[in-house]
Amino acid sequence: MIRMVILLVALIGGTGAKAQELTDRIGPADAARELRVRSTTDLEVLRPVLESFLETRPDTAILYEQWLSNSLYRRSIEECEAGSPGADLVISSAVHQLVEFVNRACAASYVSEVTAMLPSDLSWRDELWGITREPAVIVYNRDLVPPEEVPRSRFDLLDTLRNAPERYSGRIATYDIEASGLGFLFAYADSLEATTFGGLLEAFGRTNAVATCCSAEIMDAVSSGKYLIAYNILGSYAFGLAKRNPHLGIVAPSDYTLMLSRGAVLPRGARNRALAAQLVDYLLPPSGQDSLRQANLNTDLDALLEKGAVPEGFGASQLRSIELSPKLLVASDRHKRLLFKEVWLNAFPED
Amino acid sequence: MTDRTSPRTTLSLQARIALAIGSVVAIGGVVVMIAALAYGRHAAREAFDRLLVGAANDIAESITIREGVPVVDMPVSAFELLALAPRDRIDYRVVGLDGDTLTGSPATPRARNIGSPGFYGATFEGEPARYVSVTRRFAERGFTGPVEVIVGHTLHARRDLAFDIAQNAVVVLGAAGVVIAVFAWLAVLSTLRPLGRIGNALARRTPTDLSPMSEPAPREVAALRDALNSFIARLQRQLDANRDLIADTAHQLRTPLAAIRVQLDAVTDETDPDQQRALLNRARDRTVALSRLLEQLLSQGLVIHRGDSARKERLDLRDIALEIYEASELEIAMNGHSVSLDIPESELWVNADRLSLTEAGKNLLGNGIRHGEPPISFGVSGAGGEAHLWFRDAGKGPGETVLTRMGNRFSNGASAGAGGLGLAIAHAVAANHDGRLVPAHGDTGFEIRLVLPAEASA
Repeated sequence: MIRMVILLVALIGGTGAKAQELTDRIGPADAARELRVRSTTDLEVLRPVLESFLETRPDTAILYEQWLSNSLYRRSIEECEAGSPGADLVISSAVHQLVEFVNRACAASYVSEVTAMLPSDLSWRDELWGITREPAVIVYNRDLVPPEEVPRSRFDLLDTLRNAPERYSGRIATYDIEASGLGFLFAYADSLEATTFGGLLEAFGRTNAVATCCSAEIMDAVSSGKYLIAYNILGSYAFGLAKRNPHLGIVAPSDYTLMLSRGAVLPRGARNRALAAQLVDYLLPPSGQDSLRQANLNTDLDALLEKGAVPEGFGASQLRSIELSPKLLVASDRHKRLLFKEVWLNAFPED
Repeated sequence: MTDRTSPRTTLSLQARIALAIGSVVAIGGVVVMIAALAYGRHAAREAFDRLLVGAANDIAESITIREGVPVVDMPVSAFELLALAPRDRIDYRVVGLDGDTLTGSPATPRARNIGSPGFYGATFEGEPARYVSVTRRFAERGFTGPVEVIVGHTLHARRDLAFDIAQNAVVVLGAAGVVIAVFAWLAVLSTLRPLGRIGNALARRTPTDLSPMSEPAPREVAALRDALNSFIARLQRQLDANRDLIADTAHQLRTPLAAIRVQLDAVTDETDPDQQRALLNRARDRTVALSRLLEQLLSQGLVIHRGDSARKERLDLRDIALEIYEASELEIAMNGHSVSLDIPESELWVNADRLSLTEAGKNLLGNGIRHGEPPISFGVSGAGGEAHLWFRDAGKGPGETVLTRMGNRFSNGASAGAGGLGLAIAHAVAANHDGRLVPAHGDTGFEIRLVLPAEASA
């Protein structure tokens, strides 16, 4: 009980934390229209897509704000309740938060030929659309993890941790579910998918695994050898870094691989709704997909095979999409989060 | 003839029936649409209310008491149920003791004093929504009391399902309506075809063809056909009567006229004035007989004509007797006979044509006066549901040949004289009235009765 109260305080204390990480303006300085985009995606990943969108719209600029998912969610809900949206388009990888956003009637509806073609698990109510396909992968350091210990699946990872606990002690990393909305979403999705997750948490606890923030930091640490293995890292970052950094190896677990579709919503009452809707159309297939693919934001089975992240014979049935549906509301439930956090803290005690 | 217009043609039967069917289908369609919508709404409400209850029960089942506090391990299955309404937003709230919200949205509306499960409508973020409240009671260490689970969702799926059900119902019933209309139309066409056939048959006829129509027709149309046939038959009889009258008249008049001419020729040849006067007297007698004959022929023509055309009415036979007497007074006086009239106290009703009956009586009485022997009497009597108009005299009456041929048109040739013609008239009248003419030779003389069916007294 006391622990739960502490958790509650921690959750509430997180409200109104630091705002955006980064703000940039793309496009001509004297542009007549300014599209305000808030996203959890690194600007550098999305920049080529946005620039090609602006190519045909010389009078338009994009004000891009990069946020942490939890802050972005809180700010968006606050603005929705106040009736003064601060962004024309919100893109987040923590899609359960966007489902909650839509469920609170904060999003505007938009239908076009492009959105109508989305499969039903990649859109909800014509208010939330999944614009990317990104796997949750395991990243490891090629130099420090011997080939026979490379975890091809969660079972491999469990075995590795059981066989060599000392070597991996304190050198396994994953997202901190409190700091990262995406981290929580992946962990929550894992918990629904298989009982393996319980064993993993236990193993993580035994080996003093580290829960920390942010893809970039984790990837740097794996690259430098501080961590040997990082679990549930968003594929778009991992593939991007691995291309430039030969130390990094990537595996999409072959028991199952979570597939995330980053979500986009149009906040109700936004100023540039029509323009934002155009950008949504542009991000969805077929127009923006080449750019997204190059940014590793559209990684399908073929791409995984091509990158060698999965062995031959890996099938589409092992890809588990995180469905954009009201079922994700459970992930935002207060008690559910408290209970989940309790389990999590057994593996990753605070200090 | 001047302002004669062609008879008015009113709205065609087909149009009328089309109008009727159209109205039935239209009104029925509206009624069915309303009923289908109501049914669809009801069915959709039932279906999705169950979904709501299922989800709420799921959530209620997942509540456990931990260290005296209810904790909800929110089941995904509840939301999977709710996600069966794919476009609906979901609102939920779990309320513990003292109305504090354990989890879910504190803004979710609660209803007071409803059962468990209890349904109510409310607004969820500006949209109408349907809610269910399910209460679960706990009696655990550290926690005793109810926990209320409220689950609601917006109404898109309900509306879609209601519309779907209604649409399907309307489509099916609409198709049924069309089929009914088509069959009704075909039935009407086939019903009206015999009318057209009869019309064509009539139009194709030659002007002289008065034979009855033999076209087959269904019962309803057969009535029309039979009425037409009866009309044609009446026409035929009228035509025959006219022709016969002309032929009779010519035939009857030829002999007396020839006789008169012979006598008048003889007058011119005769030089003796006495003989001349005698011849002229005979010629005059002949002329008188001729005029009576002519009158009777006309009378006969009239009677035959009226047999078909005149409307019968309710008459007191005693009045007819009086009329006959009054009409014959002159003749009675001329012959110097006395005629007694025998009339009963009470009325004697018959259904008859006054003119025909009077003519027949006049002729029978005239026969008695001219050919019979006094005492002459006539009168009215009723017996056994029949009314009798009788004439009596003390003479021998007409010969057997005359009596046996009295129904025959040409019985009244020159040999039979005017008396035979009178009998023929009376006979025709009796036949026209479903009656009969009964002659009787008795010891005291000759009696003839015109027997008619009596009407019940008023």
